[in-house]
Amino acid sequence: MRKYIVKRILLMIPVLLGVAFLIFAIMTFTPGDPASIILGAGATPEAIEELQEKLGLNAPFLVRFFDYIKGIVTRFDFGTSYINGTEIRSEILMRFGFTFRIALLSMVFALGLGVPLGITAAVNRNTWKDTTSMAVALFGISMPTFWFGLMLSIIFALKLGILPPSGVGGIEYYIMPCLAVSMSGIASMARMTRSSMLEVIRADYITTARAKGQTEKVIIWKHALKNALIPVITQAGTTFGILLGGTLVSETVFSIPGLGSYMVTSIKSRDYPAIQGSVIFVAAVFGVVMLVVDILYTVVDPRIRADFSKGGKKKK
Amino acid sequence: MSAAKNVKKQKKNESMMKLTMRRLFRNKTAMLGLTILVVLLLIAILGPLIAPYSDIEQDLMNCYGLPSLQHPFGTDELGRDILSRLIIGSRASLEIGLVSIAGSAVIGIIIGCLAGYFGGTVDNVIMRFMDIFQALPPMVLAIAVCAALGPGVNNCILALIISGVPGFVRMARASVLNIRGMEYLEAATAINCSTARIIAKHILPNALSPLIVQITMGVANSILSASSMSFVGLGVQPPNPEWGAMLSAGRNFIRNYPHMVIFPGVVIMITVLALNMLGDGLRDAMDPKLKD
Repeated sequence: MRKYIVKRILLMIPVLLGVAFLIFAIMTFTPGDPASIILGAGATPEAIEELQEKLGLNAPFLVRFFDYIKGIVTRFDFGTSYINGTEIRSEILMRFGFTFRIALLSMVFALGLGVPLGITAAVNRNTWKDTTSMAVALFGISMPTFWFGLMLSIIFALKLGILPPSGVGGIEYYIMPCLAVSMSGIASMARMTRSSMLEVIRADYITTARAKGQTEKVIIWKHALKNALIPVITQAGTTFGILLGGTLVSETVFSIPGLGSYMVTSIKSRDYPAIQGSVIFVAAVFGVVMLVVDILYTVVDPRIRADFSKGGKKKK
Repeated sequence: MSAAKNVKKQKKNESMMKLTMRRLFRNKTAMLGLTILVVLLLIAILGPLIAPYSDIEQDLMNCYGLPSLQHPFGTDELGRDILSRLIIGSRASLEIGLVSIAGSAVIGIIIGCLAGYFGGTVDNVIMRFMDIFQALPPMVLAIAVCAALGPGVNNCILALIISGVPGFVRMARASVLNIRGMEYLEAATAINCSTARIIAKHILPNALSPLIVQITMGVANSILSASSMSFVGLGVQPPNPEWGAMLSAGRNFIRNYPHMVIFPGVVIMITVLALNMLGDGLRDAMDPKLKD
C-alpha cells in the first residue's frame, strides 16, 4: 500500500512538469512581445530591447523554462506580473483560498446529495421518486453553471433580498456560489450512482443475499452500495475538475476575488506570467486531488490493491 | 422466458444498427430530444429568414424593452430584439459545439485506435502525453489555450478541440482494447489485410457505439463550455450574437432587466437538455441490459 502511494506521488512529478512545459510553451510562443506589452504603444525600440534584456527574454527557451521551474520549486516564485509588477505568488496565495473553498464545498455537496439521490432513484426504480430525481438531474447537467448562479442571484439577492448578491465575507456569501457550482456535480453524481447501482443490483451476489433472507435495507446499504460506489469514486476526480472549472467561471458572477477572476482580468490585460502561474498552480492542486482520489480508490477496492502488488512484482 | 428467447432469435438477423434505431425510436424522451434538436437546427439554418428583426438593428427608442407583443423576448441595452439575436446567434453556438466535437472526435478516435491497436511503446508514449493534458481540468486547458491565441470564434473552437481530445483518446483506446483479441481480427490479419484497413474496416465499426454516445453528450458539454468561454470574454466577440456572449452582456443590467439574461440561458439549457436526452436514449438503446 505504501509502495503504491509513493509510486503514485513520484508519477505525479513528470506529469506536472509536462503541464508546466505545455503551458510555458503556449504562453511563450504566443504572438505579441512581452516587453512591448509592458511598455505600451509609445515605447522606443531601444527601451523595448533594454527591457527584453532585463527580463531575460533573450535567453533560449529551455533556459528560461528551467529558470522558471527552479523558481517555482525552490522559492515558490511564479515571477512578476507584466502589468503592475506585483508578485504573482502573493496574488495566488491570497486568492486560491476562495476558489478552493467553493470548489471543495461544492464537491462535498455533490457527493453528499448526489449519491443518496442516485441510490433513492435506483432503489425506487420507475416510481415517481426515480423519475423526478432523474428529471431534476437532467436539468442540472444541462444548465450553464454561471447562468444558474445568475438565476439564483436574481431570486435570492435581488427579489427576495435574503442573500448578499456578491463579494466575500461570512458563510452567507458562500451559499449561492456553492449551490450554483455544485448543481452540475450533484446531478452527474446522482446519474452515475443510479446507473452503477442498477448494474450492481442485478449481480448474482445480490440475488444470493436476497435468497438467504437478508433484509432489503442491509442488501442495499451493505452489499450493493459498496460495489456501486467504485465507479462513482473513479469519476469523483474528474467531477472535481469540472466543478473547479465552474468555480473559476462563476467567480465573475459573484465578484469573488479568487483565481478565476484573477485569470479573467489577466487574460483581458494580456498578463501572460499571471495566467501561466495560475494555470500551473491550479494544475498542481488538481493533481493532488486526483492523487487523493486514487489512494481512496485503492482503499475502497481491494482488487486494485491486489492488482498493483502483483503488477509491481512482475515489473521488477 | 422461452417466448422472449424466440423473439430474440427472430431478430438476430436484424443488423445491430437497425435494432438500436428501433429501440431508440420507441424511447419517448429521446424522440422529444431529437425533435427539439431538429427544430433548433432548422432555426439555425433558416436564421435571418425567420428572425423578426435583424440582429444588429437598433431601436434606440425602445432600449431595455420588457417582453411585449412586438418583441416577445424584449430588447437589450441598444434596443436590439433579443429573440432575433437568439435565432441568429444559434448559428455561432451550434457551430462551435458541433465543429469542436467533430474535431476532437476525429483526432481523438484516430489517436486512440492507434494506441489501442499497437500497444506497447506507442501506447505508452501516447497515453503519458494524454496524462499531461488530463492533468488540467478541461475548462482550464481551454481557457489557457484561448488566452494565448487571443479571443475569437476560431480560437475558441481550437481550444475546445484540444481540451476534448484526451477524453476521446481514452474511450477509443478502451473500446479497441476490448475487441483486440477477437477472432475476426485474427482472421483479417491472416488474410493479409493492411493495418489501416483492419483499423478502419474491422475495429472502428465495432468500437463505435460507446463513442457515439460520447459524441452526443460531448456536443452538449461543448456548447456549455463555449458559452462559458464567451461569458468570460474569450469566445464570440460583440456585436456578433452568441448565447454566452449575450448572457455576458446582459449581466450588467441584471438588477433591473433580468429578461436579458433569462432568455439566452433558457435557450442554452433547452439545447443541452435535448442533446442529453438524445444521448441518454442512445446509450439505453445500445446497451439494453441497463434498461431492464
